Amino acid sequence: MTPAATPKDALREFVDNLKAAPRRLRDTAFRTGPPTTDRTRSTFVFGNVFLHLHSVRTHLWSLKWSTTMGLGIMSVSAFLIALVTGVMLMFYYKPYPEAAYESMKDIHFVVPTGRLIRNLHRWSANIMVIAVILHMARAFYTAAYRKPREYNWLMGIGLLVVTLGLSFTGYLLPWDQLAYWAITIGANIAQSPREVTDAVGITEVFDPGGFQRLLLLGSDQVGAEALIRFYLLHVMILPLAIAALMGVHFWRIRKDGGMVRPDNAGVLLKRARQQETYPVFTEAPVKTYQLAAVVRGRTANVGRGPENTVPSMPHLFYAELGVLMVTLLICLALALVSDAPLKELANPNVPENPAKAPWYFLGLQEMVSFSAFMGGIGIPAIVLLGLALIPYLDRETEGTGQWFGGPGGWPLVRLSAIFGLAVPVVLEAFAIRFGWLREWFPEIPQLVVTIVNPATILTSIYTLYSIWCIRRFQSTRAGALGLFTCFLAGFLVLTIIGTYFRGPNWEFFWSPSDWPKH
Amino acid sequence: MTTKSQPPRSRLDPEPLPRRDWLGLSSLWTMGAALLFGVAGMLKLPKAAVLASPSKKFRVALPETLALGEAFIPPGRAVAVFKDADGVHALSTICTHLGCVVKTNPEGFECPCHGSRFKADGEVARGPAPQPLPWLKVSVSGGVVTIDEGATVPAGTKVQA
Repeated sequence: MTPAATPKDALREFVDNLKAAPRRLRDTAFRTGPPTTDRTRSTFVFGNVFLHLHSVRTHLWSLKWSTTMGLGIMSVSAFLIALVTGVMLMFYYKPYPEAAYESMKDIHFVVPTGRLIRNLHRWSANIMVIAVILHMARAFYTAAYRKPREYNWLMGIGLLVVTLGLSFTGYLLPWDQLAYWAITIGANIAQSPREVTDAVGITEVFDPGGFQRLLLLGSDQVGAEALIRFYLLHVMILPLAIAALMGVHFWRIRKDGGMVRPDNAGVLLKRARQQETYPVFTEAPVKTYQLAAVVRGRTANVGRGPENTVPSMPHLFYAELGVLMVTLLICLALALVSDAPLKELANPNVPENPAKAPWYFLGLQEMVSFSAFMGGIGIPAIVLLGLALIPYLDRETEGTGQWFGGPGGWPLVRLSAIFGLAVPVVLEAFAIRFGWLREWFPEIPQLVVTIVNPATILTSIYTLYSIWCIRRFQSTRAGALGLFTCFLAGFLVLTIIGTYFRGPNWEFFWSPSDWPKH
Repeated sequence: MTTKSQPPRSRLDPEPLPRRDWLGLSSLWTMGAALLFGVAGMLKLPKAAVLASPSKKFRVALPETLALGEAFIPPGRAVAVFKDADGVHALSTICTHLGCVVKTNPEGFECPCHGSRFKADGEVARGPAPQPLPWLKVSVSGGVVTIDEGATVPAGTKVQA
């Protein structure tokens, strides 16, 4: 039996423990001490629930600016900013017609920092859309969708769709004229399969369009039911969906072997920053590979040495933090100079003129001004299907990990960009100058206009061009390069026309200053 | 007695399915079916059975000064009412393209959203609208016109007072 400690000793021990508490709290939180050696840097990563989505060591190729341009992290950063500011806006926002508009005015004019938070929310959402599109372009042009990353490309397509959905559902919430009429148009695009079912005469028995619109609006017009549904989608359903997709997307990046890189990445890197790395193992780790041999498939490092890698802590994490800070800076700067718009209270009897959707949907709006179904549902579905099929049709290996890699390369991309820009400009100029089928033949059946209009002709020309690329270069990748570049160029042209050159009654104007006064 | 000698099974071959496993499989399949029906049932919830929109049927008195062939827009309604020698008729002013409210112009109607034009009888004159503006069911008693936005009639149907 040990003698009981004197009261004085116990008290001193208590005080010492109290003093040591902050240090011990830190030690227990980080578990393995400060990341000062390669060993503790490793444990710092895999001992942390948030950081262990990353591998312990990062290849130098992944850290090159030109590999990713930080666009993926920029998308996540913008999402995080939108998440935080969105939760803050929820303190004051009331999802009910009129009350919604009043609360937006309160947030804008009365709530402390409300206007800045709202502007930040709006700009981070815009930056996120841009970053996601550019990130997709980066992944495409470096052929990062190829084996074993096909499935993650699909996750990326899902993220693109949910990102656009989040932006669109947020557009209704202010309940101003802009919001109301953009959602009216959006809901009627959901109903536009009726354009076909009406033309065929089967709407009575088969009406997917009406069903979609009813599901979206909860009523037959845009009202309180629609607002609460869009609110629910915006703050609950779509954020949960995007969080799940993001989780899979990030996890697969790691499981698929990190950032895509060319086979000769080591040689290419030799010229650059070889001196910063050193072999981690002094002899070949034979046993590790024997263990790996019972595991099926490829893992990140089977058959490859750890050369050309650096610890993720700090090299990768500091780079990611840097991108987050740059994104925050961009959003903050934009939020300080440009206010989010708030028009008059929604008026169901008088449409906003022109009624424009968010800018990234104005290309679609340009197409629906020819045919609601083709522009709003048909062609977007074809584009999404085409994007999803890319990794399953292009099974080649040439050029993986290189910008514009593959047969044709940069000259083909340049040619496709010129072609892809020129065709929609010519088609639009023709349609604006001479009108379209209905102006020439007023009795023409709707089905003909649905099938033959500038938007479908544009899609067909792009498709034929892509087939020409496949034949010319004897490569599916060349066809994909041509088609994807055309798709980006077409998106750009239609968006610019919809944004800057369409005025009241969706008529063509060289400049908003030419719009008729009312 | 003849026992067929079986080739030795490899450790890596899939194990044969013991008969008792049908219990496990049946629980798996019933769970799958329950999930399927449960989700299908839950999907019925967001499809509204009763629409919360205001009544489609309304009454309105035409102003005394309404000229023949001139459009009268009842306040707060997306309807244009006309009166001429043949009687009264009403057209929906909701564009058949994407649901914007069309405005009257000297030739008929024009849509501010995507530039569809309609003639005075609702026929499409130009633009992306796939259908003519529908004619609405009208009944007249005395000076009061009753219009049902939920019911359409063939184009050209005019009602005498």
